[in-house]
Amino acid sequence: MALADWEIVIGLETHAQLKTASKIFSGAATAFGAPPNSQASAVDIALPGTLPVLNRAAVEHAIRFGLAVGGRIAPRSVFARKNYFYPDLPKGYQISQFEQPVVSGGGLAIRTGGGEAAQEKFVRLTRAHLEEDAGKSLHEDFHGRTGIDLNRAGTPLLEIVSEPDMRSAEEAVAYARALHALVRWIGVCDGNMQEGSFRCDANVSVRRQGSERLGTRREIKNLNSFRFLQQAIEFEARWQIETLEDGGRIEQATVLFDPASGETRAMRSKEEAHDYRYFPDPDLRPLAISEAWIDEIRAGLPELPQAMQARFARDYGLSAYDAGALTASRETAAFFEEAVAAAVALPGEAAGAAALAKLCANWTMGELAARLNREEKDIAEAPLAPAQLAGLVARIADGTISGKMAKEVFDALWHGEGGGAAGAADAIIAARGLKQISDSGALEKIIDEVLAANQKSVEEYRAGKEKAFNALVGQAMKASRGKANPQQVAELLKRKLAG
Amino acid sequence: MIDASLRELAGALAAKRLSSVELTQLFLERIERLNPSLNAFITTDPEKSLALARAADARLARGEGGPLTGIPLAHKDLFCTAGWLTTCGSRMLSNFVSPYDATVVKRLGEAGMVTLGKTNMDEFAMGSSNETSFYGPVKNPWRPEAVPGGSSGGSAAAVAARLAPAATGTDTGGSIRQPAALCGLTGLKPTYGIVSRHGMVAFASSLDQAGPMAKSAEDCAWLLNAMAGFDARDSTSLERPAEDYTREIAARGGDKPLDGLKIGLPREYFGEGLAADVARAVEAAIAEFRRLGARTVEVPLPNMGLSVPAYYVIAPAEASSNLSRFDGVRYGHRAAEYADLIDMYRKSRAEGFGAEVKRRILIGTYALSHGYHVAYYLQAQRIRRLIAADFAEAFTSCDLIMGPTSPRVACDIGDMAGDLIQMYLSDIYTIGVNLAGLPGLSLPCGFGERGLPVGLQIIGNHFDEARMLNAAHRYQLATDWHRRSPQP
Repeated sequence: MALADWEIVIGLETHAQLKTASKIFSGAATAFGAPPNSQASAVDIALPGTLPVLNRAAVEHAIRFGLAVGGRIAPRSVFARKNYFYPDLPKGYQISQFEQPVVSGGGLAIRTGGGEAAQEKFVRLTRAHLEEDAGKSLHEDFHGRTGIDLNRAGTPLLEIVSEPDMRSAEEAVAYARALHALVRWIGVCDGNMQEGSFRCDANVSVRRQGSERLGTRREIKNLNSFRFLQQAIEFEARWQIETLEDGGRIEQATVLFDPASGETRAMRSKEEAHDYRYFPDPDLRPLAISEAWIDEIRAGLPELPQAMQARFARDYGLSAYDAGALTASRETAAFFEEAVAAAVALPGEAAGAAALAKLCANWTMGELAARLNREEKDIAEAPLAPAQLAGLVARIADGTISGKMAKEVFDALWHGEGGGAAGAADAIIAARGLKQISDSGALEKIIDEVLAANQKSVEEYRAGKEKAFNALVGQAMKASRGKANPQQVAELLKRKLAG
Repeated sequence: MIDASLRELAGALAAKRLSSVELTQLFLERIERLNPSLNAFITTDPEKSLALARAADARLARGEGGPLTGIPLAHKDLFCTAGWLTTCGSRMLSNFVSPYDATVVKRLGEAGMVTLGKTNMDEFAMGSSNETSFYGPVKNPWRPEAVPGGSSGGSAAAVAARLAPAATGTDTGGSIRQPAALCGLTGLKPTYGIVSRHGMVAFASSLDQAGPMAKSAEDCAWLLNAMAGFDARDSTSLERPAEDYTREIAARGGDKPLDGLKIGLPREYFGEGLAADVARAVEAAIAEFRRLGARTVEVPLPNMGLSVPAYYVIAPAEASSNLSRFDGVRYGHRAAEYADLIDMYRKSRAEGFGAEVKRRILIGTYALSHGYHVAYYLQAQRIRRLIAADFAEAFTSCDLIMGPTSPRVACDIGDMAGDLIQMYLSDIYTIGVNLAGLPGLSLPCGFGERGLPVGLQIIGNHFDEARMLNAAHRYQLATDWHRRSPQP
């Protein structure tokens, strides 16, 4: 198989559960995990005579999303009925938008690869439309029968459909991550993938490199983690390429991904596809959205990640990579910006905003992110405040402590030492005696002692062995109990050995 | 007392000449005696009715009653009523008790009206003769062999036979006006959107509208005052200021009370297919309107002939989807034995629905199917817009439109069984009104063959109910057709 001969074409349909207190067409609550059917109202269980009433908050979320991706907000959109029978679909139809969606167009910038190999790409969106979720069928514990839980029935969803602009599983994941970050950023979806709040269907096809025509696609349903998305697309694309190279044909089909085997399997073929008999829902008037309403929502939008990245690069001199990483979530970005502001405002601070910002960025993305990750905490739950990080960063910038010492101070801050204010780092440095030795007299004394005690290394160095120099630096640092500035040590050593 | 108008009943109750309990008992006794042969009611519950009557009496005693407090009425069995069966005339819902009241039921209940029971109807309101009911056909009180019309046939027969002073009905293609005509009553289908559909079991959502059925236009106006009003639970309900539909009726009349009124007569309503006895009565009624001061002009409704085919695409299309919820999963009929899920759906629906309902589900499913959607559903929607435009045009040269409600007086039970097309065509004068969302009223204007009542239809522009009711009222002040009642 020659993978390089083939191009993989991927489009994603993402269902983002909208963060509203009540359902899209009823007043029932949307909280996750309630006892079965305790959040199903008369409308949700489709009692005779009940009618849908559109939740304004769901529409606001859709508009917010449309504005955030630069899409068009339809002044008039229509809810349609998608008709099919299933026990967890109480009305026998799903209310969705079909011919006239609320949002069309727009797109998202994604970034793949790191460092030199980093690439940017713009993925276009086809549309985003509002619809209701179905309930759940429960197949366990009912003595051979199926249980129906209608708590989820009527939960508002925004289905976001991309153009087939992605060319690898990696790009598809980057898109899904960017979309995931964005819906959380603008507060329309909690992004909880385990609870099904954000799930993707991937349309995958392959074609020979250089071919203009799209291959026949298969749709992988309900991928609820980025890892599964990646695995499923990789498997599916390989399978399609193998099938075609073996002289086979791809039939349009809906497939499921089995995480246990890592394989995709056809669920139903096109011949078995439903005829959903869409028609405008006569129980709902067309959804009219005024310019004034759009303007009001636009005014309430937060600064969007793209704009913020550009500002970070411009104002703080950060690389595109750093700016991107810091804007992974609104909380991370806010932490970083507060830390920079606090550091710059510290009395007597002379390091300059750019240097402080770079340090804040490194520590936010580095030690802080790693520690949060290890303890499975959200940045909102971080035990140290931006101001405390600022206090630490300032001491690194002015050379008071070394990077190694800084990690110790960070750890102490994490555990609540030194109090809550910006001065916490100073208190820890003082209490633990971590101040770097910058008095060159004291340092010279240490170095003289090291040279005297390590004559062998000195001779080796003079004989041209570079490694011996590093050993001497290490000995000097050890003798200073880590408090020496390694750069200063190296300079002094070089001077003495040359002399 | 059984012939009394709502105004007279309200007067008697207010003056304490009569209690709501006595009045309710009077009608309950008549139901007990006469309903076995008429089959107008599916469900009665005297205990519940009397409890409501006692509550109404207490309210009247406290001086807190309104004009309708203590007056009994019957509800068509497709309005959800908490604690009562709501069957829709179907085996599918023969075991269904709604946990909530329809808005119409709630509003009339809050006005203090006493529910006498739930009336028979064509299954899911699909029919024009009340013969499709799972609970058997209703008899026309004027002639036991004849149908009462449909789908609100039970409500019509109940009021005509004086088993209830008034009743609620619903009208999707004529289901209030046609049985009102065939039973000698006054019935009003209001402008689409002024009466809430919440709690009305849906047949065709874009056409369904609830309205009153009573002995006179004035009674209908009183009832509409209580029934109409914005309801946030129905997204198609219109937010308009409250209106007093009796305001024109209450004004003083004089010799020519309808002076200045311009009545449009569509040629299409008086052509081929209209029975001679009906034509005679309707023409005589129009002459009476001229005597009352109205002028008549001819108005064209060129697309009226397309209304029946358009209706029989749109209504079944919406019905096929609306009736999908009756799947045996959560409520309603479920087959006793089934092999799997599909088998359960198939058997439950095959057993639960009657032939006419199945036919319309099939027609509607077909009309919405891939490949036919454009030719049928979208084409029917285009015709619908043409028909609405015709009416709009007609109302630029007249105030009200008049014509027959039904082409014939009531036929006998079983007469139409072999001729569905004939049955569907009998709605030709009423269907266009639903397609255009207009208000339509039928009032008695004489008798035709076999001594059966003839109905005159008055069609108004959107929101013109007060004017329509007033025109009908002035006619009823000058005539006594509406006071005639069948011999028991």
